[in-house]
Amino acid sequence: MNIDDFKGIKWRNSIDVENFIEENYTEYLGDDSFLEGISDKTSKLWDKCEDLLKEELEKGVLDIDTEHVSGINNYEPGYIDKDNEVIFGLQTSAPLKRIVNPYGGIRMVHSALESYGYKLNETIDKAFTKYRKTHNDGVFSAYTKEIRLARKAGLITGLPDAYGRGRIIGDYRRIALYGIDFLIQEKQKDLDSITNLNEANIRVREEVFDQIKALNDIKEMALGYGFDISRPAINAKEATQWLYFGYLAAIKENNGAAMSLGRTSTFLDIYIERDLKNNIITEKEAQELVDQFIIKLRLARHLRTPEYNELFAGDPTWVTESIGGMLNESMSLVTKNSYRYLNTLINLGTSPEPNITVLWSTKLPENFKKYCAKISIITDAIQYENDDIMSPIYGHDYAIACCVSAMKVGKQMQFFGARCNLAKALLYAINGGVDEKLNLKVIDGIEKIEDEVLEYDKVIKAYFNVLDIVAKNYVDAMNIIHYMHDKYAYEASQMALHDTNVERLMAFGAAGLSVVADSLSAIKYAKVKPIRNEDGLAIDFEIEGDFPKYGNDNDLVDDLAVLVVTEFSKRLKEHPLYRNAIHTLSILTITSNVVYGHKTGATPDGRKEGVAFAPGANPMHGRDELGALASLNSVAKIPYACVCQDGISNTFSIIPDALGHTDEDRIINLVHILDGYFKQKAQHLNVNVFNRETLIDAMNNPENYPNLTIRVSGYAVKFNRLSKEQQLEVINRTFHGSI
Amino acid sequence: MIGYIDSVETMGLVDGPGIRFVVFFKGCKLRCLFCHNPETWTKDNALEITSEELLKKILKYKNYYVDGGVTFSGGEPLLQDEFLIDILKKCKMVNLHTAIDTSGVGIGNYEEILKYTDLVILDIKAIDNEGFNYMTGQNIDEFYKFLDICQRLNKKLWLRQVIVPGINDTEKYILKLKEFISKIKNVEKIELLPYHLYGVDKYQKLGIEYKLKGVSAMDETHLKELYNLLIQKD
Repeated sequence: MNIDDFKGIKWRNSIDVENFIEENYTEYLGDDSFLEGISDKTSKLWDKCEDLLKEELEKGVLDIDTEHVSGINNYEPGYIDKDNEVIFGLQTSAPLKRIVNPYGGIRMVHSALESYGYKLNETIDKAFTKYRKTHNDGVFSAYTKEIRLARKAGLITGLPDAYGRGRIIGDYRRIALYGIDFLIQEKQKDLDSITNLNEANIRVREEVFDQIKALNDIKEMALGYGFDISRPAINAKEATQWLYFGYLAAIKENNGAAMSLGRTSTFLDIYIERDLKNNIITEKEAQELVDQFIIKLRLARHLRTPEYNELFAGDPTWVTESIGGMLNESMSLVTKNSYRYLNTLINLGTSPEPNITVLWSTKLPENFKKYCAKISIITDAIQYENDDIMSPIYGHDYAIACCVSAMKVGKQMQFFGARCNLAKALLYAINGGVDEKLNLKVIDGIEKIEDEVLEYDKVIKAYFNVLDIVAKNYVDAMNIIHYMHDKYAYEASQMALHDTNVERLMAFGAAGLSVVADSLSAIKYAKVKPIRNEDGLAIDFEIEGDFPKYGNDNDLVDDLAVLVVTEFSKRLKEHPLYRNAIHTLSILTITSNVVYGHKTGATPDGRKEGVAFAPGANPMHGRDELGALASLNSVAKIPYACVCQDGISNTFSIIPDALGHTDEDRIINLVHILDGYFKQKAQHLNVNVFNRETLIDAMNNPENYPNLTIRVSGYAVKFNRLSKEQQLEVINRTFHGSI
Repeated sequence: MIGYIDSVETMGLVDGPGIRFVVFFKGCKLRCLFCHNPETWTKDNALEITSEELLKKILKYKNYYVDGGVTFSGGEPLLQDEFLIDILKKCKMVNLHTAIDTSGVGIGNYEEILKYTDLVILDIKAIDNEGFNYMTGQNIDEFYKFLDICQRLNKKLWLRQVIVPGINDTEKYILKLKEFISKIKNVEKIELLPYHLYGVDKYQKLGIEYKLKGVSAMDETHLKELYNLLIQKD
């Protein structure tokens, strides 16, 4: 076998995976009846893994390799159960044994190791404390006073200034399609062509040199497992294995918050289809390959600190895999392998990882829509994102990084940038830039509003002034962070799987949108009187009269939400970005909405001090009173293209009985909800189908629900891995479907 | 034309086929023992809305109504006959599927209402006058009259009956119900709904005596048995 019989020419002459897919994939319009169950080998292997996972849950971490430093080929080959493994490769020499990655910051490593009772090898420790500067050191050498204050007050939080930035998706398919040697050859050509040696180009030359080294390292690492990946993969098993080695290199080298996989199912289907046709494998073996690949993805781990876990609960890795989407107006990119990936949630049981993301189009094959809905209802593990609004921007070979961030695979990368607390910024507008919790001036040049009753015009003007300053500081912080990350913790293995001339997106974020919208609405349509403390700071608010609330499809308030994101985005765009990156903005909190709430005083919408924000772009809990569709419609108004182009996260929970009386009804109703929501240009929806009582029972009796998986903002998590406070926040969310 | 409504649910998935906008009308003549929406009995605190405004709200969700539509429920929608006709007509003009969720006890004008109604979800309170009176405090005649007109106009029907422990949860009653239903044509669906306690607190808040005090919620397994008996082919 070789790859000569694949169709098409363009992809052979230069790197073009997209063209290879277009030329060779087979759309699948049938239903799920062809799917196979778990194989004996996989079953045995997964049993072993489940034991290990259980042990890990009890201990916090199973083990940590404190004798090595992260890197593509710095660990001996590792196995779980060699005889039953079909796809090989672990991050370290043993399953779930975590890597120490000090490039992001040595303090994080110390804190994480300490919290689990480990100690770093002294030589390594010395090297990174005494001799080598880290990303974290770099960032803090350049941070301004204003940025430090904004960080301290929690105005801007979660910045990747002490850990890996992630959100970069290597085009891991390239290794399977071309083999490492061709990729090196192409990178060498790029390197040789850079001759105009200005500062920017010198940097690119150094980076491409490092990329070539990384490619050689991947080849060596694979050889350790007995595979020669210098040449293209020639069958489905090799293609899956080659591709996985690419991803494995990425998670050996880097510990970014989100280390996403990309869009691999349809690519691999081409090899599987060919092998099936040639009777080289059976459907059962095809499913085995996929199941085994997914098992490996489920075992990916990074070493985190307790503070990190508080922000992003449940040890998420965001191995996001994007499935489905359209090739053009009439053909979808759905293949049998799209089904096989989803089927792993049945064969191996539900799981938060990989973060399965269905790129939904109203034009997707009906059978596939129904199958997705069916798996969603059973597992609560799927998120949906709108291909109809993303493909006009990103083409048809893009993927989602992390939760909602779209990028063209291998052609674009993202500079991740956490988020800014918009609700706190509103309090600064009222309190003259003084933090309501710390009683500390965080922003200069804002006058305190001393009126007895807040006036909308005055508040909004002050708010925009605050946002002017916040945007400037936020951009400064991001420029510094990514400059330093490129310098001290460059992701050579991942960038080697991008075009050399890559486009960069810089992703800003905002939290507390519904709190701000409702607060502005209260100020505008009701009477809001600040209650001030002895320092003159508004620490609570008295509201007289009713006001429209975000989540009820009421333009009076929804327009305020739109206004805020539009104005904030505009202000960010006034400042040029490092490496000419393109500004994007997300409305996404992950689980950090709880921490943000903690750090924010009472707000003019009637939310009390310390109360959790709603996640992402969700309406505040219990304020959406007209049912689910009104709530969805409000969120759908937040503009995606050019404004919140890094994604708008919405999490939707409904009780099974309200979704329909029969399984068939539930499936069809869910399909129509998704179609209707995305027709209105909404971007993202997490779907949970369960009863509140189940969650309460799971909180009280976690041992009975070891695998209960729920979707939070942008990812899924095992319920038992949330803190009590986070569990309560999830329980208090709006569940649609009153009886 | 102004209507008096209690509330709306933008995503009703069990009151008719598909995804539906459900409008809860204010006002009802019946005082069903098991009623879980006593706040809809009178027009107190009603939301006043014109049919134009209401239609506008309904149409905001048209992208979702693939095989759904709008359901007028309550309270008792038949009591606001003119408003109901008005809004039904408007919905039909824009090709929406329309359903009314009713006890059948209105104030007439049924032919005109049903002209614009695609589906009638009919609540059976009881099948004879004695039972009906016990359950609702009213006479059954109006219910029969409404059902007759539905039959004459060949309206599609979904039939529903709430099963309350100690009142109608017997095989004997179910067999009678079965006999009654067998004479009705155009029945697309029959549902037995379990009596539940979700409404009890509302009575306390409204200061109304709750007559089923001490009656426990209907057992789901027993309900299933009764349902099987009901739909079993003889």
